[in-house]
Parts: sequence; C-alpha cells; structure tokens
Amino acid sequence: MIRLEKRPQPSRAWTVATPILAVILTMIFGGIMFSLIGTSPFEAIRTIFWDPLFHPQFAAFSRPQLLVKAGPLILIAIGLSIGFRAGIWNIGAEGQYIIGAICGAAAGLALYPMESALILPLMIVAGALGGWAWAMIPALLKVRFGTNEILVSLMLVYVAENLLASVSSGILRNPEGMGFPGSRNLSQWSSSQNLELIPNTGMHLGVLTAFIAVILAYVLLTRHIQGYNIRLTGEAPRAAKFAGVSPARTILFCLGTAGVLAGMAGLFEVTGPAGQVSIDFGSGYGFTAIIVAFLGRLHPVGILLAGLLMALTYIGGELAQLMLGVPGASIQLFQGMLLFFLLGVDVLTNYRVRFGASEVA
Amino acid sequence: MIRRTLLATAAAGLTLAFGAPAIAQDTTKACFVYVGPIGDGGWTYQHHQGALALKEEYGDKVEIAYQESVPEGADAERVITQMALSGCNIIFTTSFGYMDPTNNVAAKFPDVKFEHATGYKREHPNVSTYNARFYEGRAVVGHIAGKMTQTNKIGYIGSFPIPEVIMGINSYYHHAKLANPEVELVVTWAYTWFDPAKEADAARAMLDQGVDVITAHTDSTAPLAEIAKEGGSAWGFGQASDMAAFTTNDDGTPGPRIASIIDEWSPYYIKRVGALMDGTYEQIDSWAGMPEGEVVIGTMNDAIPDDVKAEAQAMIDAITAGEYHPFTGPMNKQDGSAWLAEGETADDGTLLGMDFYVEGITGDIPN
Repeated sequence: MIRLEKRPQPSRAWTVATPILAVILTMIFGGIMFSLIGTSPFEAIRTIFWDPLFHPQFAAFSRPQLLVKAGPLILIAIGLSIGFRAGIWNIGAEGQYIIGAICGAAAGLALYPMESALILPLMIVAGALGGWAWAMIPALLKVRFGTNEILVSLMLVYVAENLLASVSSGILRNPEGMGFPGSRNLSQWSSSQNLELIPNTGMHLGVLTAFIAVILAYVLLTRHIQGYNIRLTGEAPRAAKFAGVSPARTILFCLGTAGVLAGMAGLFEVTGPAGQVSIDFGSGYGFTAIIVAFLGRLHPVGILLAGLLMALTYIGGELAQLMLGVPGASIQLFQGMLLFFLLGVDVLTNYRVRFGASEVA
Repeated sequence: MIRRTLLATAAAGLTLAFGAPAIAQDTTKACFVYVGPIGDGGWTYQHHQGALALKEEYGDKVEIAYQESVPEGADAERVITQMALSGCNIIFTTSFGYMDPTNNVAAKFPDVKFEHATGYKREHPNVSTYNARFYEGRAVVGHIAGKMTQTNKIGYIGSFPIPEVIMGINSYYHHAKLANPEVELVVTWAYTWFDPAKEADAARAMLDQGVDVITAHTDSTAPLAEIAKEGGSAWGFGQASDMAAFTTNDDGTPGPRIASIIDEWSPYYIKRVGALMDGTYEQIDSWAGMPEGEVVIGTMNDAIPDDVKAEAQAMIDAITAGEYHPFTGPMNKQDGSAWLAEGETADDGTLLGMDFYVEGITGDIPN
C-alpha cells in the first residue's frame, strides 16, 4: 500500500531535485518512444538537449537563438506569474501580445519613412500601452461587474486574432506588397529595427527587457509591500481584505502589468525576429508562457530557467526533425512528457510517500 | 565556459560571413520547410509528395530532409538557417509567409540555393520563386460548376482577399457563366487558410442560401464533409490535393467531390534539383501550370454527365496544349468598364496584382 502524507512544509531538497528527476524520466520515456519509431534514443536525446548547446556545426548559431526564443516567453511569463500569485488568472496573454505588436507597429508605420532614433522608443511605449489596454478590458469588467477574467481574457485572444488578420490585410498592409497581407518589414527599416545589441549573442532589446523584468519581479515579490500584498491576496484573500489590501487595485495592477509586459514582448518580436505584422504573427507565445510560468513555479528565477528549458526543447526538437527525420508530432509528444513529469513529480515536494498499511481510520 | 562561448561566437561570425562550410559533394541535399503537418491532406501533403517524388527520381544522388509545422513568424528564419548550416544545398520554403525569412537567410549563405513558393521577392542571386497557375484549374471546375448547378447558385469559399484568390474567383465565375448564363456566384470569406470549423460554417451558410456547387480556396476537407450532408443534391471539389476519399459514398453512389484541382509540385522539384546537379541551375521566377503538369484535374466522378466530362476534358487539353488562356476576352470589369478585347489575353502582371472582380459578380472585395 502506498500512501501520500502531506508535508507540513514543502521539502526544500525535493524542490531542487524534482526538475532534475523530471528531465531524467522524460529522457527514459522519450527514449522508449524514439526507439519505438525506429530512431536511436541516445542520438535523439543528445540532439535535443546537447546539440543546440555544443554541436560544432550548430551551437554557435543556436546558442544565441535560445535567448531569442526564450526572451518573449520569459517576459510574458513574468507578467502572468504576478497575477497568478494573487489568484488572478489572465489566460489571454496571447491577445495582449498581438495587440501590443499591432499598436506598436501602427505607431511606427504612421511615421514611415521618417528616420529618427525616437521612433523605436515610441513604438515600445505604444506596444506596452496596447497590451495594457487589452488587459484592462477583463480587469475593469471584473472590478466593475465581477465577470470572470479567465473567460474574458481568453475570449479576447480570438478577437485579437481576428483584428490581426484584419489589419494585416487592411490598414497596416504593405502598400508595396503586391496586395498580399502583411505589413512593411519593420526589422528592415532602420528606425524601427530591434537588432542584436551585441552581434551574434541573440541579445536584442526584448531579451534585455526580459532579464530586467526578472530582476524587478524578484525585488517586487520579495522586497516590496505591493509584492507582499499580491502574495497575501493569493494565499489568504480574506486576511488581505482585513489588512486593507484593495482587491480592485490588485486586479488592475496584476492584469495591467501582465498586459504591459506581453504587449512589449509582441512589439519586440514584430520589430525583430518576426519582422512584420502578418496574419500568422501570433504563434502561441502567450499560451506557452502560461506553461513557462508554472514550470518556473511562479518564481522569477524559476521562470528564467523554465523559459530557457522550453527554448532548448524547441530548438533541439527542430534539430532532431532536421537531422534525424523524426516527425514533428513526436517532438510535441516529447515536450508534453517533459511538462507532465515536471508537474507530476511535484507531488514529492508537497507530500511524503509512505509504504505500508494505512492506519485504521 | 566564457572562453568557449567567445570562440564559438567568433566561429559563428565566420560561418555567417563566408556561407555554409564547403561539404564534399557526393549527394545533393534538398530540404523542405512546411507550414503544416505532412498529413494535412492538402497543401503541405502535396509539397511532401513532390519531395518524395524527387527522392524517387534521383535515388541515392539526392538526400531529402524536411521540417513540418513551422510557424510563419519568428521561428521560420531560425529553421531555415539551421537547414543551411546542416549542409542543405537547396532549400524549398513552401509558404508565402516565409518570404522575408528566406531572403534574409539567403543573404548569409550565398552558396546555398533558396526556392520560395508563392512569393515575389528575389533580393539575392541565390533566391528563386515558384508558383503554379491555379486559375487554370479554377476554369475547368468553374465550367463543371456551371453545368452541374440546379439552383443556378454556385459558391466560392475565399481565404483572404489577395490577388491569388481573386484570380481564382474570376476564373471560376467566368467559366461557369460561359457554361450557364443564368449562374450567380456567392463568395464567402473565411479569413483563414486552414480552419475546418470555419470552413464548414462557410459551406453550411452557402448551402442554406440554396448554393449547390461549392469550391474552396482553403485547405481542409471540411467543406466536402459539410456538402456530403446534403445527400447528393450539392457538389464540391477537392482543393490542393485530390481528396479522393470523398469521390464515392459508402453505398457506392457518387460522393460530394466531383473533381479536384491538384497541386503537383514534383515536376518542378525534379527539374530544379536536376539542374543544380548538372550545373545548369539559374535564378528563376517560375509560374507554370497545366502544360508543365503542375496543375492537374483529378478524376471526374460519375455524378458528372458524360458530355460535361468531355467538355471539361477538351478545356484541359486546350489549356495544356497552350491553345486556350482562361482569361481571354471579351471580358469586362465588375463596374462594366472594358478589360480584355475580343481574343485578347490577360498579361501576367495584371493577374498577379488582380484587385477587381469581373463583370457579373455581385458584392465587393473586402477593403
């Protein structure tokens, strides 16, 4: 008989050990899967986890790419985690990301083809405001009418996607684009391009902002009264009320922060790696960031590591498809396993496993 | 660790500056970037069939590699770069959204050849573009639609209002009208390339308006599945791929798919990789159709009367022989102004930038 016994306090040792255990379990079960589809499991796992970092042919390119891929995930996840800590479930970061990109791009394109060093900063502000405004819709509806922010923020993703399709083939369409949908390329216009700050490092403004966000979130949550209020609201809402924490202000702050960060992430993507507002611009970063936030245990440093790990599995998975010819679906399955085990073994952090007969009730 | 990173970074700079490392050439490596999964039954499936035909043609002399479901945003450039680094000699990027990423990567790898499907940017000497004249296929199914409709209402599920789609709508309507002067066209915009639920909704909305022949410019089989519910009083066409599963119903009666427009990329892939191997490769902008075997009409099923089959076949033969251009005057624009005089054919430039309906189509092109 196996029993689970709740620990009085989460085990510190297991908090550190569970992610490693999860990765090992994923390697074992993923390896079994790869050998079932006729690929050498050792080669597949080496390609996914090792080659992006150390392969002589690829690593020089893919190591900086880890930062490029992880940057927006971390930036969005940091914003989400602050809300999640307070029990405010913003599921609509994808929409805030898209609207941020649209607003930022529109602000810049309105000035095209002017050249000025102020254009990119203006676009960043516009992107942040766009994401903020989109997040304010569920926030205000919740504060004023008590609507459910999960539902409203999620539904607004679909609205944002349709707006994206509309502006891509409408007002933001490249006038020189032969009638095809998609804006001018913002990464090719010197006033709006968000280039690597140091060549071949992958460090663009968005990645830098993500790192700054990690530090600020850490300070906020551990050293600042607002962070304390947020944690209190999440862990003991009634106590928070008695302590004079305004639920409305907490909701507006958390959703607003998430919106600003997601909007900025969208703007940095559209001016850098993605390059243009197009129908397919939103590629699910807002949803993946939810996974990153939980994978990182809603802790800023954890999110940083989780974002890098997710990026590694994406890039390693691409290399495995390319070099070993494994199907794309097997990579998604492998990523799914990793998340499953990471969340699954978490039980060991909060519970003790006991063998033997249970005591008489 | 820090030194290692610096060295690796320097190496990256060199690789990017001088192109892919020279690799001993016993085999030619052809790589494919796909926007969907190879099992999508439509667009990507057909490109992958082309890749497999390429392998079949050249055997051990060609190695193929591919990557599925590559999003058209920020990820595409990384995927294409990794392909170039892995030693691909020629890279086919098979969706419009890969246009800028393809050109960006091409600048860094001058020794690798890049082929972008359906785009128009060739910013570097190593970038070619290719597309197919799908409007030739639309002409044939338009003729069939005009003959098959009982209600005189035919439908077109548009993806996005871009020249490619408008060209298809015009060709489909024009030939339906020639076959049946009473015909009316209903256009529904789905604003997606692949979304079975939306595509089915679009088909349903048209069927409820009395439309009984529908063609789709979207990629899934959902419209055919929706048409099948009418139990033989409405018809549709396979799009991009043959969609042969809808040719015959379980009880042996003719299914909702009465013909199809097949994108056949294999002749192009075989020709281009062949040229690369024998040293005759040049940068091109290819727009081929039925004569080259890149646009193919799938088997017409028995719902179509024999005389209509024969007429459709005659049109296929005429287009294939280069004797007939689907946009041959007299044709007027929607507003009644003259476009093509008697016997005049449309030039490619006008077609590629097409932003107007032909006379007789009601409704406006969205923005």
